[in-house]
Amino acid sequence: MYSFEVERPTSVADAAAALGKDEAQALGGGQTLIPTLKQRLASPSVLVSLAGIADIKGVSVDGGTVTIGGGTTHGVVAAEAGAYPALAALAGNIGDPAVRNRGTIGGSLANNDPSACYPSAALASGATIVTNSREIAADDYFQGLFETALEEGEIVISVKFPIPEAASYQKFEQPASRFALVGVYVAKFADGVRVAVTGASEGGVYRWSEAEAALSGNFSADALDGLTVSGDDMISDLHGSGDYRAHLVKVMTKRAVAAAS
Amino acid sequence: MPKDHGIGASPKRREDVRFLTGTGNYTDDINVYGQTYVYFLRSDMAHGNIKNIDTAAAAAMSGVVRIFTGADFEGVGGIPCGWQITDVHGEPMQEPAHPVLAIGKVRHVGDPIAAVVAESLEEARNAAEAIEVDIEELPAVVDMKAALEDGATKVHDDLANNLCYEWGFVEDNRAAVDEAIKNAAHVTTLELRNNRLVANPMEPRVALGQYNRADDHSTLHTTSQNPHVIRLLMGAFVLGIPEHKLTVIAPDVGGGFGTKIFHYAEEAFCTFAAKACNRPVKWTSSRSEAFISDAHGRDHVTKIELALDADNNFTALRCDTYANMGAYLSTFASSVPTWLHGTLLAANYKTPLVYTNVKAVFTNTVPVDAYRGAGRPEATFQVERVVDKAARELGVDPIALRRQNFITEFPYATPVAVEYDTGDYNATMDKLEVIADIAGFKARRAESEKKGMLRGFGVNCYIEACGIAPSNLVGQLGARAGLYDAATVRVNATGSISVMVGAHSHGQGHETAFPQVVAEMIGIDESQIDIVHGDTSKVPFGMGTYGSRSLAVCGSAMVRATEKIINKAKKIAAHLLEAADSDIELKDGQFSVAGTDKSVAWGDVTLAAYVPHNYPLEDIEPGLEETAFYDPANFTYPSGAYCCEVELDPETGKVTVERFSAADDFGNIVNPMIVSGQVHGGIGQGIGQALLENAAYDENGQLLSASYMDYAMPRADDVPFYAVDHSACTPCTHNPLGVKGCGEAGAIGSPPAVINAVIDAMQSGGHNVTHIDMPASPSRVWEAMKG
Ligand SMILES: Cc1cc2nc3c(=O)[nH]c(=O)nc-3n(C[C@H](O)[C@H](O)[C@H](O)COP(=O)(O)OP(=O)(O)OC[C@H]3O[C@@H](n4cnc5c(N)ncnc54)[C@H](O)[C@@H]3O)c2cc1C
Repeated sequence: MYSFEVERPTSVADAAAALGKDEAQALGGGQTLIPTLKQRLASPSVLVSLAGIADIKGVSVDGGTVTIGGGTTHGVVAAEAGAYPALAALAGNIGDPAVRNRGTIGGSLANNDPSACYPSAALASGATIVTNSREIAADDYFQGLFETALEEGEIVISVKFPIPEAASYQKFEQPASRFALVGVYVAKFADGVRVAVTGASEGGVYRWSEAEAALSGNFSADALDGLTVSGDDMISDLHGSGDYRAHLVKVMTKRAVAAAS
Repeated sequence: MPKDHGIGASPKRREDVRFLTGTGNYTDDINVYGQTYVYFLRSDMAHGNIKNIDTAAAAAMSGVVRIFTGADFEGVGGIPCGWQITDVHGEPMQEPAHPVLAIGKVRHVGDPIAAVVAESLEEARNAAEAIEVDIEELPAVVDMKAALEDGATKVHDDLANNLCYEWGFVEDNRAAVDEAIKNAAHVTTLELRNNRLVANPMEPRVALGQYNRADDHSTLHTTSQNPHVIRLLMGAFVLGIPEHKLTVIAPDVGGGFGTKIFHYAEEAFCTFAAKACNRPVKWTSSRSEAFISDAHGRDHVTKIELALDADNNFTALRCDTYANMGAYLSTFASSVPTWLHGTLLAANYKTPLVYTNVKAVFTNTVPVDAYRGAGRPEATFQVERVVDKAARELGVDPIALRRQNFITEFPYATPVAVEYDTGDYNATMDKLEVIADIAGFKARRAESEKKGMLRGFGVNCYIEACGIAPSNLVGQLGARAGLYDAATVRVNATGSISVMVGAHSHGQGHETAFPQVVAEMIGIDESQIDIVHGDTSKVPFGMGTYGSRSLAVCGSAMVRATEKIINKAKKIAAHLLEAADSDIELKDGQFSVAGTDKSVAWGDVTLAAYVPHNYPLEDIEPGLEETAFYDPANFTYPSGAYCCEVELDPETGKVTVERFSAADDFGNIVNPMIVSGQVHGGIGQGIGQALLENAAYDENGQLLSASYMDYAMPRADDVPFYAVDHSACTPCTHNPLGVKGCGEAGAIGSPPAVINAVIDAMQSGGHNVTHIDMPASPSRVWEAMKG
């Protein structure tokens, strides 16, 4: 770790101001950023901790929407987002208790790790990412590996999830990290089905549109039988080839459909 | 009723109180006045010529005390190898220099190039980043077979090639084995890899060097399994410090698994630099550093052939192994694929002819050395996999095939130079069949299949040679040290006892088990006895803990020393009781005159030894302290039968271990709870090796699994509840306790059972897969089933 200053604002406005400083960076739960700093792979001069901002924490339900503050930990989402069971279940299976008690949804979405869980939930649910300056539709938000629509210093204030009729997240864990080797999030809405895949593609989280079309007509695992997934643009590493990941995409999608509730 | 004290009882481990309440005293907990910190600048390149190292800018940075490079070690000895192998031509192995800091070349990712000693770790690291290193990259030698090709890049320019040695054993059997294979009714052949592992003890390595100018004395605190061995190797071979000027202390150590046996460059560096800087120097490995600087384990590529006659009797076995040494020879590296491997290939079977050929190869990877089991897991994996494959090819029951070929008469001289003293392989197999409920497997398979899962059943046997080792024998085999052990029993005036032992406890529970033995012998309470270990200034001598030797070797020394104590105490008691020595009996801590009601208590005798007012001073010395050295007459040979049941998800390839059963014969057992714990831990590591762990290098010599993001350690939910049994017992015939050692068995005996079960599961699903390499990760299983 290199040395840095820490600021602990208590309002979004103060945080935004602090993030305007040269080489300032937001600190959520630190579950990704702190290990990066320890390895000296990043060297911000100021860390702006978002942990003291009450306004960006907590879970609320309003009609058909669950809104989760950007600073809400995975543990709180698991415990309090019962109005959207598939989302709560996803949060409850991220990392271990220590990670869930610190890591936040805002940090996860800002980081957009290609193997992270939340991005698939946001994309499949058609969530809206609310920042201190605008609202961004999930379809516009994810832009590739570790890339998002966020501008420098922009803060994820909350995420609005429309609650689907039925949904499920099926995660096939990478044996070492237990991030998603392939994770598939299926969400069935009145006007159609959305399917988002994480862990698999070299382009990061994506929607599997053929599956969406098939499932929108017939929401059953069998509807996927005729579909094939190519391994060409899939991640290939120590833990599995692109073909293996492509295979798992279909397996996990079927399982998600079967499990959706 | 189970005993509640002494040998055979299971008191809770007394050391766990401090381990579980955060009051342990590990090397990193020790901080001394004036302490500095060292940061090693390590190579991020697998292979290269060092053109230039410019430390000028770094040396001027804040907090820097001194920067060292290989040039500072030109006149200093290198890290030695403790075992010389003689090759098939009768020549000594090729033994490269292993400098403390790289000289001329870097040979693996992690090879230390320079060391910055500074007031804080932060400053040391900052300065290390400012060192300018110019390295000309060379092609990396990674694949063992490619390394031996003509014209291959050499890891060590001054050696003839990358072959450390070619070893044949028993070379005289070679032709006969080949002949038997040629003439066999059936030959089963298998090519396999024993995957490279990183030991990953919970506590990374740490070293703290101190130097006292006043008496020219160096002290090293280090995370070692054997402080006397470190004193010997570092003092005699590297730094030239005589024993009386060097103290090595290994306080609480958080696990070793073999990787803390070896003498490492960082230990020598901290001791050397403490004197050079006249300041204490501390190094604490980070986890990332451990992956590229702790010796790795296993990494053998093997072809094995088993010949059978028409009645399915094993007639010959041939094993051809390539063993990866890494870039340098670590302390025991050369012995692992040879004497710790080739001598085990008779396994539990009457195979009359066995030949092993081992090519040990230098590559641009982290040095490889002993890891829990060391050579014996590799031998067991080969034999038990090829036997299982043979059973499938011949369509016979794998348990029946094993039983048919079991050695049943003891002592048994194997064709590979060792003599098993006792054993009863049918007895452990009988136990296994019960505790594993083998009869119930069919019903459990049907249940799994109903859920769409495949279920597999795998069994294997193992034999290991531990209690290492008879010194005269290992000396003939090339060991550069004796492998006896020592203990001092110091009885205090009040009758309490301190036992100084050469064995080192880094999780094994010696502090609990060893007192049980002494308490049983004297008949006093265990709470009166403490174990002292891990400090060369307190313990007379010792070769440390590895090779499941602590109780069998050091425990035997402790028994011998306690016998001396009892003999002397009886003489004192005879004097106090005015009786003849030979009439004195010791029971439950009371000395009595046989056939009378005259007695004197243990505490009164010990008090008399230290307050010798009424004492036979003309015949015996006052005081009550005895030392014994014990050199074993033979190895000990624990054995057992293991069984694993897996569920396999045919859609994803994921394997789950549903049941694991282990029936072991460890001879007599001092603390059954501790023994079960050792077996549990060993099996956990075996399951880790079989399904999860893999230290994988790419073709450039970069370690792909260099952190827990990619190196899969087994976790609690990766292992089932185990059924273990150690009631089958044939006591060792040649040590006083009749004990055999249990530390490595679990890790030796479990990987083949897991893989045999995975193969069984795949075949039950109609997949004609006859082998899968470890780890049988989901993707590999899926690829295998895809065909
Ligand atoms: C052992 C372990 C296991 C894990 N397993 C999983 C897993 O299975 N699945 C999974 O999805 N993740 C997993 N994670 C990652 C975890 O979910 C992290 O918490 C998460 O990715 C980052 O969130 P954070 O709050 O910790 O962010 P930080 O680490 O603090 O920050 C990450 C990045 O986001 C930025 N940032 C943080 N908060 C905000 C905000 N509100 N607005 C804008 N930018 C922000 C930071 O500047 C930084 O660039 C694991 C992590 C660990 C350590």
